[in-house]
Amino acid sequence: MPRGTVEFNIETCKGCELCIEACPQDSVALSKEINTHGYHYAVLVQDNCTGCLNCALVCPDAVITVYRASKKSAQKASERQPVATISNVKGNIKVVLDEMPEGRIDI
Amino acid sequence: MSEATVLTEGMECIWQKPATLTDTLMHYCPGCGHGVVHKVLMEVVQELGIQSETIGVAPVGCSVFAYNYLNVDMQEAAHGRAAAVATGIKRMLPDKYVFSYQGDGDLAAIGTGETMHAANRGENFLVIFVNNAIYGMTGGQMAPTTLLGMKTSTTPEGRKVDTQGFPFRITELIAMLPGSYYVTRHAVHTPNAVRYFKKAVTKAFTHQKEKKGYCLIEVVSNCPSGWKMTPLEANKWMEQNMFPVYPIGDIKVDGKLVAKSSAQ
Amino acid sequence: MSDFQLMKGNEALAEAAIRAGCDGYFGYPITPQSEVLEYLAEEGRNRGMVVLQVESELAAINMVYGAAGTGKRAMTSSSSPGISLMQEGLSYIASAELPCLVVNVNRGGPGLGTIQPSQGDYFQSTKGGGHGDYHLIVLAPSSVQEMADFVYDGFDLADKYRNPVMILADGALGQMMEKVSFRDYNVAERSIPKPWATVGKPSSRERNIITSLHIQSEKMEVINKRLQEKYRIIREQEVRYQTVHVDDAEILLVGYGLAARVCHRAVELARHHGIAAGLLRPITLFPYPTEIIHTLAQQVEKILVVEMNSGQMVEDVRLAVEGTVPVEFFGRMGGIIPSPEEVLTKLTSMMKTQQQYEESHV
Repeated sequence: MPRGTVEFNIETCKGCELCIEACPQDSVALSKEINTHGYHYAVLVQDNCTGCLNCALVCPDAVITVYRASKKSAQKASERQPVATISNVKGNIKVVLDEMPEGRIDI
Repeated sequence: MSEATVLTEGMECIWQKPATLTDTLMHYCPGCGHGVVHKVLMEVVQELGIQSETIGVAPVGCSVFAYNYLNVDMQEAAHGRAAAVATGIKRMLPDKYVFSYQGDGDLAAIGTGETMHAANRGENFLVIFVNNAIYGMTGGQMAPTTLLGMKTSTTPEGRKVDTQGFPFRITELIAMLPGSYYVTRHAVHTPNAVRYFKKAVTKAFTHQKEKKGYCLIEVVSNCPSGWKMTPLEANKWMEQNMFPVYPIGDIKVDGKLVAKSSAQ
Repeated sequence: MSDFQLMKGNEALAEAAIRAGCDGYFGYPITPQSEVLEYLAEEGRNRGMVVLQVESELAAINMVYGAAGTGKRAMTSSSSPGISLMQEGLSYIASAELPCLVVNVNRGGPGLGTIQPSQGDYFQSTKGGGHGDYHLIVLAPSSVQEMADFVYDGFDLADKYRNPVMILADGALGQMMEKVSFRDYNVAERSIPKPWATVGKPSSRERNIITSLHIQSEKMEVINKRLQEKYRIIREQEVRYQTVHVDDAEILLVGYGLAARVCHRAVELARHHGIAAGLLRPITLFPYPTEIIHTLAQQVEKILVVEMNSGQMVEDVRLAVEGTVPVEFFGRMGGIIPSPEEVLTKLTSMMKTQQQYEESHV
């Protein structure tokens, strides 16, 4: 399991490539796709993110959310069952639950 | 390379866009330093918990719409007048946090008088000075801080000393005034530079709370559009050409000039 | 009401500013109004006002902008050349709809001019001065008492309409000494809430933005229409003037400020000589007392406008009269104050001409 990961807000990324330069793991690249503003947006291309924050620090548009593995989160995660796996998503998605579960929801 | 699947299970979020930035898409060009400066400024406002006590002054320049992105009460100043507007606000509300945000034309051309005198009076506010040696918003004309030999739309053959004088290092001048307390120069093009800049902003707001006096943080920044380069090329060019003329580092700390600073 | 004191116009104005609850005064020395700054630098500061001598009039008006934006009562004062420097700021203040008080102690111009009194800034004050479609509310005192009274009125009007207000005085009014008493005025009662002010955004509201930049034309037109509607209401409700001996007047003098004092004396002299002269003294120069002048024009034979300039307000009189009666002008420039006798001479010649006209048309 990687030590960290990042999410890019596809629609607000302007493809400036500063995050690509800043990533010490060479894990970020520009997508071949474009967002609705016409920019190629940044995407994670490897599973070796360490959550070092470099990309988020240099991003001029605050596009990036950074996650880091923590024992606490890992512990809680192992206690919970995922309800769905959603991948390769562009933009925002809306998830509607028939029944609100107890406790908190992690995405 | 294929796109990887993002899974955040078992992870905690350690950084996200501050709530003190609005959701409005910033109009700045891709890779422009303004975006980073806005982000860090608001991150500090959030961390210090001072959103409800902060008032900012926007300039005329690329960042004229800063008030669309910074989620604090703001006033738009006429070109060059931000230091005077900020003085008016701070003198009326001395316990609030006041900052002005200006570019090189606003602060060092038309605003020179107001800038120098606010510093000389030791006005207890923070001035963020984004210096990219060009006038971005109006299409890439020469700025007081434009480098010698640098081509702009009004110096198509490069800036010449005998007709246009020298690049104006106003920050060093301000550091010479006894009214200025903390004067420092930063960049925001690398992760480390951003980290140092954030420390400087935090320090400046702390000084303001302690009523220590006038703080100025110059951010040497890029202008990919004006310089006609990609953001990455612009940052390299900035390191090679801007930093020798506008060296990064503290110039005045705790009211004293730093030894061997660029002001000496 | 306080007891009467003998005070200089500039100082009476300054004292009134303190009593009217002015929170911040930002000024720059210029003759003939530096006493305002000096009086406030001592008295104002002692009584809790922020008083700052700043680096230029340009800085002063922008500090007023910033201060007014926080919802506080802010003012500045200057004289003609300094007011020219403030024009940019005034356009911004009017467009951003900020309340504030600006005092122009008009001196002789154009250019650096002279320090003597003049009314050469009428156009600048009432027709813009700064760029764009805006108006200041303009109050024209003609006594030291009014120099004081109009400060209270000015702040109240500014707050009521979220508009800059100008007191258009002149060097003589600023320097002369007359008796003045200060009205009872409860600042707290007269203050109004200002929810639009930039004081720091609590979580309960969106951020307040004070700006005059509206890049989209559609939005800018909306803003302009709002301003114009405001001025329409001001024209309807805030016109002020004074009349002297107009009921049976055959010739009407129109003058404001110091010129009105001269005209008043000229009217008395004229009456003594059997000329049925009357005086209309505009007190608000914006909104201009167009209606009353139009009404009086139906009654009188001629109008004489007396000003201390080359002929500025006379144009507004002509507009009000709409050609129904002849309007003549008498003025002195360069800082010279016309004497009542000079005005009487002009009046008499006008009446003689009128008499000759009537006699030859029997």
